[in-house]
Amino acid sequence: METGQTITFAAFANQFLVGLSRAMILFIVSSGMSFVLGVLRVPNVAHGSLYMIGAFSAFSISTFLGGGTMGFWVALILSPFVVALVSLIAERALFCHLYEREHLMLLLFTFALMLILGDLVKLTWGAEYRSFMAPLTFRGSIPVLGSSFPKYNLFLLVVGPLVAIGLWLFTNKTKIGKIARAAAVDREMVGAMGINVSWVFAFAFVLGCFLAGLGGALVAPTISIAIGMDHDIIMEAFLIVTIGGLGNMWGAMLGSLIFGLTLSFGVLFLPQFAIAFPYIAVGVILIWRPTGMLKSVW
Amino acid sequence: MFKGIFSIKKSLPYVGIFVTLLILPPIIPRFYIYILAVIFVTALLAMSLNMVVGHGGLFQFHHGAFYGVGAYTVALILTKTSLPLWVGFIAGPFAAALAGLLIGIFCVRLTRLYFGMLQISLGSLLWALVFRWYSLTGGDDGIHGIPMPPFISSQNSAYYFILIVLVICLIVMYLILKSPFGVTLRAIRDNPERCEAIGINVRRHQLIGIVIATFFAGISGVLFVLLEGSVFPDLLFWVYSLEIFIMCLLGGWFTFAGPIIGAAIMVSLRTFVGIYTDYWTLVLGILLILLIFFLPEGVWGYIVEKFGSRAGEAVEEENK
Repeated sequence: METGQTITFAAFANQFLVGLSRAMILFIVSSGMSFVLGVLRVPNVAHGSLYMIGAFSAFSISTFLGGGTMGFWVALILSPFVVALVSLIAERALFCHLYEREHLMLLLFTFALMLILGDLVKLTWGAEYRSFMAPLTFRGSIPVLGSSFPKYNLFLLVVGPLVAIGLWLFTNKTKIGKIARAAAVDREMVGAMGINVSWVFAFAFVLGCFLAGLGGALVAPTISIAIGMDHDIIMEAFLIVTIGGLGNMWGAMLGSLIFGLTLSFGVLFLPQFAIAFPYIAVGVILIWRPTGMLKSVW
Repeated sequence: MFKGIFSIKKSLPYVGIFVTLLILPPIIPRFYIYILAVIFVTALLAMSLNMVVGHGGLFQFHHGAFYGVGAYTVALILTKTSLPLWVGFIAGPFAAALAGLLIGIFCVRLTRLYFGMLQISLGSLLWALVFRWYSLTGGDDGIHGIPMPPFISSQNSAYYFILIVLVICLIVMYLILKSPFGVTLRAIRDNPERCEAIGINVRRHQLIGIVIATFFAGISGVLFVLLEGSVFPDLLFWVYSLEIFIMCLLGGWFTFAGPIIGAAIMVSLRTFVGIYTDYWTLVLGILLILLIFFLPEGVWGYIVEKFGSRAGEAVEEENK
């Protein structure tokens, strides 16, 4: 194990920034999951598949437009809507008939959806690796704190907080956002006020999936897009939402930071077991605060 | 002592099934014998999970971790040490139960979804260790070619060994679930507050339930090593754990034998649909959705409900 080497400040700062930008992707995906969990009270296992669809459709849209700067931006904006459309169809056709059922049945449904979407992605895009290039402006690195840092990751560091602010404004300042929050706390009461709860649920589900798609499109330039990327993210998003407090958006932010940073410092100190660090952090947090760090909406 | 628990009339069909399975190997092709053995191993795993899920009402989301611990324990003992075979076979279940105890102590402090989440986190920690500890566990390659003496690992004798262990385990599980402990476990599932109020130590019962279930999961892991001669980290991955969970729901999680049916369905689907297409999970997903909409009680649950507890299968019904 390579623990003996001295860790320079530059390497430290670099890993810190890498961890932060990773945390931004995790935040965008897990805030979507948290929103669905808060309103519908169902952990959406298919969330990772929708994230994968976001990445693949970003690739397809950009390829269709011949790549380049234009292709990147159009893909980034359109692919979350593609994902939202997929989730809207799944929700209205099947999922909405199950809301009165046993909780585990809803979980089972999202698992079935994950299996189906995973294979549909394989059918549509095949099993090869795909890549989705960032525009020239975001390629290459710039020196930050004595080490070179990819420009695209800096872009992520800007987008993450923007999404957080947008989501906060949306849930706190708009009417539909407030209704969704109310439905999270007391769905019977919301129904009694004459609001169609089923559509509120549909809306929350689609918004959550939209965020999954956005996360997928944003992460696409930094990784090779392939089958199986859904399995990794879903577990991370689950755990982030749990340690943050179910349904709490700021909890998702805090959880993502912990997850991203423990992983990147793990890479720095004990590379072989880096992937174990976030799980240790989650375990410790859940033992210390069983219901998450921030207040859950449940 | 078994009088009243095993009535001869009711257990006759099961004895019949057992005898049929005993005389099968010379008759049917080797491939099917192998598939049957896989079903037995998986069924034992699903049954062990159902002790805590169906009967205990716990969200045991990462049961595969304990299965993996059992399998890896026996694999490591057989490859890295010169201890005899039986030591490995006994150590596997106990290692799994120990892991279950350690993880369970923390998990039972939480309820429902949080319980499941903490377990996934701690289970994933085990997975990450196995996945990365190349010098000990072989990392993502796993361990292959585990030495087994031929008297037990030739296909037919492995089949008989697994079948007999499965039957013994099923009888023990049935006795446990029929005992006052099993009844208490189901009472806790149905109403933990009321159980607490009448003086039942809810957490201790749940913890004991977890330890028993993980012990059986460890036995299943040992049988897996016997059958396949290899281990790999996917055994501990959360996707497999959810698959086991699905088997319980698929078969009928409020019945005794449901998980066996669920495991048989899943294994046969994977094997036989997998021959024709790469997209067997698509088929499984569609089947699951049909099941959720039309058979929410699970396949066996539906049969038991439809034809009454004539088969004596529904532990539930009989205790009412």
